[in-house]
Amino acid sequence: MLSTQGSTLTPSVQRFPFPFREDSYRYSTNVEPAPQFVSTDAGGWGDRLIEIDPHYRSELEERAAILDRDPSRIAMLAHMGPAVWDTITTLLPVLAADYPDVMSFTRERRRCHWRNDLLRLDINFVIGDASTLPMEPLRFIASQIQDDIALLDQREGALWLDAGVITFAADWSLGFDVGMRFLEVHGPVPRVHEEQIITRAQQFLMRLQPGEKYRRTNWTMTVDRRLDTSTETYPQWGPDRLEVVDDPELPKRLHLRVEVQHLIRLPQSGAILFLVRTHMISLAEISAVPAWRQRLGRVLAELPEDMADYKGISRYRDAAANWLLGG
Amino acid sequence: MTATAEASAPALHDALELVLADVTDQTPSIRSFTFRDPAGNGLPPYVPGSHVIVQCGDKANAYSLTGSGVLPDEYTISVLRVDDGGGGSATLHRLAPGARLTVSRPRSAFAPVATARHHLLIAAGIGITPMLSHMRAAAEWGHSASLLYSYRQGEGAHLDDVRELCGESLHECTDRSSFLAALAVRLGEQPLGTHLYVCGPQGFMDTVLHAASEAGWPASRLHSEPFGSADLDPGQPFSVRLSRSGTVVDVPSGTSLLEALEDSGLKVPFMCRQGVCGECVLPVLRGTPEHRDLYLSDAEKTANNSIMCCVSRSRDAGLEIDF
Ligand code: FES
Repeated sequence: MLSTQGSTLTPSVQRFPFPFREDSYRYSTNVEPAPQFVSTDAGGWGDRLIEIDPHYRSELEERAAILDRDPSRIAMLAHMGPAVWDTITTLLPVLAADYPDVMSFTRERRRCHWRNDLLRLDINFVIGDASTLPMEPLRFIASQIQDDIALLDQREGALWLDAGVITFAADWSLGFDVGMRFLEVHGPVPRVHEEQIITRAQQFLMRLQPGEKYRRTNWTMTVDRRLDTSTETYPQWGPDRLEVVDDPELPKRLHLRVEVQHLIRLPQSGAILFLVRTHMISLAEISAVPAWRQRLGRVLAELPEDMADYKGISRYRDAAANWLLGG
Repeated sequence: MTATAEASAPALHDALELVLADVTDQTPSIRSFTFRDPAGNGLPPYVPGSHVIVQCGDKANAYSLTGSGVLPDEYTISVLRVDDGGGGSATLHRLAPGARLTVSRPRSAFAPVATARHHLLIAAGIGITPMLSHMRAAAEWGHSASLLYSYRQGEGAHLDDVRELCGESLHECTDRSSFLAALAVRLGEQPLGTHLYVCGPQGFMDTVLHAASEAGWPASRLHSEPFGSADLDPGQPFSVRLSRSGTVVDVPSGTSLLEALEDSGLKVPFMCRQGVCGECVLPVLRGTPEHRDLYLSDAEKTANNSIMCCVSRSRDAGLEIDF
């Protein structure tokens, strides 16, 4: 059953991290060790920490353009230098191990060699010496992976968002958040219950031991395959949310947007690396997997109003649910 | 080999099997041990000030790593021999190169504060070990750090290392009065944004922390590392009610809850008996534990629903545990 269906699906659908395990959705801490394969009705996902898909080059080009246009999307407080190098020396070997045909990483003490055939890149650099990289270290690592990056420093019994590259974030802004406590970054949340979840999440993060890796998923919806839905660009995408409701193209334009978030305690700096990878799939693509079509339809129909508002999907969620369930 | 996984403490799950590569005498009573991966691979990097738990026979002890933590090929610890101590330091001192040991992955509990403008490190005796790690990391990343090191004449471990690393920023003291004078100067002259780190015997740490707060240092800038310190104080007597049997067990001053339970013929899992490994945790149903361990998080300590019975005691006269 799975195999006949799988053969007709595109690779991005087969590996899509469909997040719903039930017909209704509520907040939960939903944290699990990573990487770890999860099978779905279309295939499965999650066996790699960093997922490279057919959008790799186009997304990295888009990120570069956003950073050129708006430098506030990359921010780093001065003390985060070692944490950024720690990110580089943690992620490049993982990439090389997972994609040995197109990437390789070797290291002799502080001297490193990195080859990435997908980007036609072949460089030697020295850990701790920014001048040996083609660009500043934080921007460099963000030019190798599709994930957004946030780095949290732990001190005074709290976590602080002190560095990051956020170009594809669902409705938040790094320039505004950098230097804030992790708990404050989450801002006003609709349910007291969720507030406790975030406090518990912070406790959990502060206990992570060096090298430990966990992940969770989060979801929302986006009109068109627009990665950059940051606060700053709201005027460009905000109005679409209303307009799409009556558009006959709604199934193609409306996307389920899933963030796979990885939480990694970096081994040398002790900072927490928070990777946010955004995957999108249109309702039309979802309808190719009948089990997903039904489940997403039911989740959207049942979602309480305050949660729909918080996710910014209240304008069109009924239209989406009707299409998915009505056929 | 396979038995370790089931029998060992939580901290030793997923541990490393390392070979003792080198043994060096620092002083007549302090010896350094260097471990490597038997296959010659690099070891997991670590945060400065981290410790590992080393299993030695049926005991497990925590020791600070003395390297910077950046891409290590080896782990080095220094161990003070305590002949009558229960911890296994004497057993370690008897080991020769080539021996195989189970060593936990590094755990971070004494990290430098990344935002500090200056790190003031204060060590006594064997308390030098985490400071060596801090100093090395500061040198590698170009951070500002200075060290005040107090040791007994002829008993200074790692003197060559710290002299070479610190240069001008090292101050050595070999008697109490010169240490106190140097401490007063350091506490008075540190610029805003300095964080202070102290490691050594309990009394030494108390002296330093007390003097710092007298000199107006906020608690958020003071950090202490109790490993290698003297024994915990004996504590007040208390009693525990065991909910499953209804039995009441008295815990006299100077006896741990774990020992008291063992004395009444009960079997509690344990490993380190120092509050670091996490093996001896017991659920608390009533009463307020006096947490003295290094295993539970601050949040878990505040929740007061578990106790590490090898070191922790009770704030109240009575405690009820699910056992
Ligand atoms: S026996 Fe290790 S924490 Fe108690």
